[in-house]
Amino acid sequence: MADADAPTARPSPGKAEAGLSGAMTLATLKASEKAVAALEGKGTIDLSDVTELDTAGAWLIAQARQRAAAGGRPIQLSGMTEGQALLIDTVEKAMPRPERKRRQIPGRPGDGLENMGRTVAAKARTAFKALGFFGVVVAHLLSLIIHPTRLRITALFYHMQDAGLNAVPIVSLMGFLIGIVLAFQGATQLQQFGAEVYVVDLVAISILRELGILLTAIIVAGRSASAFTAAIGSMKMREEIDAMRVLGLDPIDRLVLPRVLALVFLLPILGFIACMTGLIGGMLMAWIELSITPGMFQTRLLEGTDPVHAIIGLVKAPFFAVIIAVIGCHQGMQVEGNAESLGQHTSRSVVQAIFIVIVTDALFSIFFAVWGI
Amino acid sequence: MAKVMGENIIEVRGLKNQFGRNVIHEDLDLDVKRGEVLGIVGGSGTGKSVLLRSIVGLQKPKEGSIKAFGIDVLKADPKEMAEVENRWGVMFQDGALFSSLTVRENVEAPMRARLKLDAQTRSALADLRIAMVGLPPKATTLYPSELSGGMRKRAGLARALALDPDIVFLDEPTAGLDPIGASDFDTLIKSLQKAMGLTVFMVTHDLDTLHATCDRVAVLAEKKVLVTGTMAEMLDVDHPWVREYFHGPRAHAAMTASGGEN
Repeated sequence: MADADAPTARPSPGKAEAGLSGAMTLATLKASEKAVAALEGKGTIDLSDVTELDTAGAWLIAQARQRAAAGGRPIQLSGMTEGQALLIDTVEKAMPRPERKRRQIPGRPGDGLENMGRTVAAKARTAFKALGFFGVVVAHLLSLIIHPTRLRITALFYHMQDAGLNAVPIVSLMGFLIGIVLAFQGATQLQQFGAEVYVVDLVAISILRELGILLTAIIVAGRSASAFTAAIGSMKMREEIDAMRVLGLDPIDRLVLPRVLALVFLLPILGFIACMTGLIGGMLMAWIELSITPGMFQTRLLEGTDPVHAIIGLVKAPFFAVIIAVIGCHQGMQVEGNAESLGQHTSRSVVQAIFIVIVTDALFSIFFAVWGI
Repeated sequence: MAKVMGENIIEVRGLKNQFGRNVIHEDLDLDVKRGEVLGIVGGSGTGKSVLLRSIVGLQKPKEGSIKAFGIDVLKADPKEMAEVENRWGVMFQDGALFSSLTVRENVEAPMRARLKLDAQTRSALADLRIAMVGLPPKATTLYPSELSGGMRKRAGLARALALDPDIVFLDEPTAGLDPIGASDFDTLIKSLQKAMGLTVFMVTHDLDTLHATCDRVAVLAEKKVLVTGTMAEMLDVDHPWVREYFHGPRAHAAMTASGGEN
């Protein structure tokens, strides 16, 4: 922008008339603002020397006029082109009326309490909704006994492959590494008491009873709960779920049941695989670290570890499966029309699924302890 | 920066666009003159949106040159490009508003990126733009997901106008609006164009919009701009597609509705 074009004021002291000149645009807003401010109090402003005027410049003039009018001394404009007059007129019509702004007092007492209340209420609502959804799913599962043909076999197998078979590598690696870690840590501690051979019991009981299943469930929650939410959520975004409802296809039958059943069938198997690779890892580490041969490990395992531990572990798997699948699908159904909501619900479904799985595991522990198994 | 009415502010020469082996444009020439409303029409798949995207630099053409404000945008350095980008605004089909920002923040976004303004001026200017496109003041604090389709388009237009551009590109501005909303939008474009001295480049299918707003129409067919001219001139063009388009039953209805101005 050349200097010659810079907006300037011609205040003409003593007279009621004054003029503006130069380019009054968004790019020269600062200078234009000064030029207009210099003319405060004049009765007429001549715009014939204004070379360029855009909405920002018109806005400054309109503002000055509004202020002057409020002060009881309205400003007349003269010498503008037809286009400029139209622009100023348009801007003046669009100018927001001077509004009284409501002051917001930051950190009002009670804000924190109110927020807490709202959060608790929102969480409780979500929990009730999830419970309601769980009820609907159970009802559909039961009606499946009467109408078994309503189950989508293709979808069921697809999800069994996607959520089950494809998770085998990661789950077995995880189990194997957990077995190694447990055996190694147990060995260093138990060596101090000369009780190395109890490493076998340590590894076997902790993996079979708790860790194998729990960690598998956590991995599957991270893998599949998020995938379920994302898949169902994006269908919800594109109104596919609504389309299914209108066409008389039940989204619960079509989308939710195959996913729930696939996990119910396959999570125990995945857990079992994790337990086995865990035992292999433990056995390997015991052999390397403590020179307990695989043969000794096996003998000790069979005589020292009650099979009930393995059964307790596997019994929990279907429950975890239902939790993961139902939370994943429920969060998917909660997605609203935008991509942000999809992201939020996907991360929420993973966090909730893992959290509820751990809580349930704790409840199982208490239950079994009370029953004395 | 003298603004001479009637000079070419966009000049497209020998444009060629190609996706894989599918040639969209070949040897396409187009001029956009300052101060006019140019409507781009063409059948589905003739590359109307691709042409718009090529001009604003979202689609790199295979061959050809595109000059905006005398600067070749395909060869411009970043500084020249920034200057060009300050002088045009684009409204995408569904507004393409940033979903995590309110309407006001959306309109402020280009000003925030391009200009050094204090926060108060910025939000005042944003509010002004929002009011100029006919949105109620309470819309300023809403998020895009809380707006109707028509409001989203208006907010998109407000954002396109945020930097007081010389030219705005509108992609299907009235698609998906009800007839009342669409005709309101036509009036809005026409009145803003008059007031701000805007040049408008509009891709549209809407015959009513063409009649109501466009000074000139460019028809895309056979991979190039087949013909340009006023609506009246279009009626005399002897090309099967153009004849069918401008002489079809809908065209007649639109012409009657616009009071036979053309």
